[in-house]
Formats: sequence, C-alpha cells, structure tokens
Amino acid sequence: MTLNISMKLQIRNINKKFNNNGHSIEALDNINMEISYGEFVCLVGPSGCGKSTLLNIIAGLSTPSQGRIIKQGQPGFMFQEPTLFPWLKVKDNVAFGLKNLHQEKTAIKEKVDHYLKMVHLSGFENAYPHELSGGMKQRTALARTLILDPPILLMDEPFAALDAQTREIMYTELQEIWRITKKTIVFVTHNVREAVCLGDRVLVFTARPGRIKKEFFINLPRPRDLGNLEVIKISNAIHEELKEEVEKFRQEMETHEKN
Amino acid sequence: MKKIKLAIKIIIFLLLLFGLWYGLYYFKIWPAWLFPSPQQVWKTLLKGLANKTLIIGILISLKRIFIGFGSALLIGTILGFLIARIQILKETLGILLLGLQTLPSICWLPLALLWFGLNEKAIVFVVIIGAIFSITLSVQAAVLNVPIIYLQAGKILGAKKFTLYRRVVLPAIMPSYLTGIKQGWSFAWRSLMSGEMLFITVGLGQLLMFGRELNDMSQVLAVMLVIIFIGVFFDQLVFGFIDRQLKRRWGL
Repeated sequence: MTLNISMKLQIRNINKKFNNNGHSIEALDNINMEISYGEFVCLVGPSGCGKSTLLNIIAGLSTPSQGRIIKQGQPGFMFQEPTLFPWLKVKDNVAFGLKNLHQEKTAIKEKVDHYLKMVHLSGFENAYPHELSGGMKQRTALARTLILDPPILLMDEPFAALDAQTREIMYTELQEIWRITKKTIVFVTHNVREAVCLGDRVLVFTARPGRIKKEFFINLPRPRDLGNLEVIKISNAIHEELKEEVEKFRQEMETHEKN
Repeated sequence: MKKIKLAIKIIIFLLLLFGLWYGLYYFKIWPAWLFPSPQQVWKTLLKGLANKTLIIGILISLKRIFIGFGSALLIGTILGFLIARIQILKETLGILLLGLQTLPSICWLPLALLWFGLNEKAIVFVVIIGAIFSITLSVQAAVLNVPIIYLQAGKILGAKKFTLYRRVVLPAIMPSYLTGIKQGWSFAWRSLMSGEMLFITVGLGQLLMFGRELNDMSQVLAVMLVIIFIGVFFDQLVFGFIDRQLKRRWGL
C-alpha cells in the first residue's frame, strides 16, 4: 500500500465510557496522539488503564464515546492470546485474510510461503495450531496479519504469554520485520523494558481513567535487546513514573473492595 | 499393539457371551420358543436376508431416517442460528423449544396421525421432531459460545457478515454441533423404531412386531440384532470417525 508520508495516524480527543451495572466508568479521558507512518510506538500503563481499549478503538473493534481516529486502511491486529483458528492448518490460517479478498490461488500460495519464511516457519505449513509452541503460534499470527500488508499494525501484549527466552527472540525478529516492512506499529504492554527495547517512542498512561502521562523518545541504535544498559536506564526512569500510577490503581482497587 | 489387545478382549468377551447364551439354551432353562439358540437366530437372520424381507425393512427404515434426520439437520441448524442471533426469538421460541424437548418424540405420533393420516409423512414427522430439538439447541448454544476473540480476529482479517458466519462461526461450532448431531441421530433412530412398532407399515419396527405376533422369538432377536448393528454402525463408525478426525485436528 502506498502512503502519503506526511499523513499520520491521528487519535483525536478520544473518550470512552463503559456502563457497568448502571455506573458509568471512564476508561479513557481525552486521548490525543499523532503517530507518523513507520513509527514504532509503545503504550505502557498499569492494568486497567485503558490501553487495550484504545487499541480496540483504533482497530475499529470498539467505538469511542467521543472523538475520532484518522487512519489509512484497516489496521492489522495481534492479540495477546493466539487467536489462530484451530480448524485450519498454519498455511490456511495465514491465507485466511487473502481468501476473503478472493485472490488467485497461486498468488495466495506465493504470499503465504513468503510470509511464513519471514517469520521462520517454513516447513510448518501443514501443521495444525495445537501442534505449535506458543512462540510459533504468535509467529503464525504475525504472518497472518502481515500478509494483508496493513499500513498499521496494532499489537496487544502479543508476547505476554511466552516464556522469557522465546520473548527475547521475538523482540529481535519483530525489530527485523519492522525494519523490512516499515509498518507503523502501536504496541501495548505493561512490560516497561519490552517497550523501551522495541519502541521509538514510549507513552506512559495514567491509571483509570487512562490519560497520557508522559512521553519518552528512545533514540538508541537497533537492534536492541533487554540487556542494553541504556535500555535499562530509560526503563528505570519510566518505572518511576509508573510506580505512582500502579500505587493509585492499587488503592482504588482496595477502596473498591471495601465498598 | 494396544488395538490388537483390545480386539482380543472384545472377541473373548463376545465368545463368552455366546457361550453363555448357548449354555442357557442347552440346559433348557426356558422353553426353546422363548429362548432360541444362537444358531436359530442366525438362520432366521440369513433367511430374512435371502427372502429380502429383512433387506426391504432395513432399506425402508434407513430411507425414513435419512429423510427425517436430514430435514431435521437442515431446519434445526438454520433455526439454531436464528435463535442465537435474534434476541426476541431466544426469549420466545428458544424457551418453547426447551419445553418441547422434554416431551418424548413418540408422543407426537397421535398428532401426526391425525394431521397426516396413516402414511409416510406421519412417521417422518416424528423422526424430524425426535432430532430437531437437540440439533437446534446445540447450534444455538454453540453459536453463543464462540469465543469473541475468533470473531474479532475474523473481522480484522476482512471476514464480514455472511463470510464471518461461513468461515469462522460455522467451523468454530463444529465440536458442539457434532455432539448435537450425534444426539439428534440417536433420538431420531429411537423415534423411528417406536413409530414403526406402533403404526404398522413396512420397516424394522414392524418386523419386530411381526415376530411378536407370530410368537417367533428368533425373528424378534434377529431384528433386534440388526437394529443394534445399525445403531452401532452410525454411532461408532460414522459419527465416531468424524468426531475423532475433528478432535485430532483441533488437538482436543
């Protein structure tokens, strides 16, 4: 997909309220951000701060109570749990989106092979999802998303369920894929070091209602890894910001429980 | 190896069972006309197959169950989807079906006879009624239980409306759907047999009743064996096979 470089993914005055047994809960409060195409942005914040809600709104899976999103094309989405369809083989899972577009069979096969190679899963075309490890499942999910060539890739804690070693491999691979495909990535996580390792920019959210508290630009050379001293230093600074919010969230939960 | 061991166990068990049967016959605990030997039953079975009465009975019963069960499958599936998706139907028809499900399907026979008369339609109607509730209710429950995450993933990947149903919802409900189909089949089979016994027309149920009327216990037992055999064939081989394939694929 060709893009106008000056265009940005714009998130304007987004508010989101949920109705919970008659109580209105404010999940997001006036979120504004601009993300340049090709940028890798990470959102961190305490649990329940609405960062996943924001991602769902950008994806079009949820509608905001107020505000709007200006974007090009349907963003791709990677969920926390592997949402591969258990009734389809790896290759058919990856081809799922293209088949909805009624593309030619040979073209689909070529693309499936290409993207499976990109995520290092060549040779697993005919496996069923339950035969794959957690990391392989998420790689398949990534290939399934990338194959549609969406300009924007939304990722909701995609590596949270993986073990530490697999996760580190995924960081390297994701950075490489991002470099090759030049996608715009919005990546939600509660793992600060993960955010610093991956992002050009890290946005810290407040506890509920979610607001953007602070913005950090990460100007470190790539590829980065978790052990990088600079990554650790910046992560510590962000942690300080977050501590306050996590504490607030904890207190809120306690008063909530007392009531 | 495991399979061979299991087969040996089953064969030994069946041999013991026949041995016991033959033993009971041999010692004349009951008169032979009430308790025939395995050989007599076997002969009756072969005779029935040779003079085609049994074959015609089997074919007619199978025809009825295929028509009845096939219609129930079609109507029940569509109905299940509609009830799952339309709130007002769920609150009305859904509850009505739950109530009707408790009525044994053979209780519909008098109604069917009055509506359709003593003919094929009445018996097929009872078979449809026998299968349709479990199919409808299983489809309804399964559609409502499709993990929302599959629907979201499907939508993000461009499957909208009807495509979403065809490519995501339908395959996602398969495991519970299959359970409902299997249950529907066995209810349909039972309804058919009861129907054929009550309302005299050609079929396995009628052959069973003929056996009773002629005091021919070996015919009764031979027909019972055929009914068991057909039941096991569909339950274990046809549905069992599909079920095992599905479970292997899904890793269940």
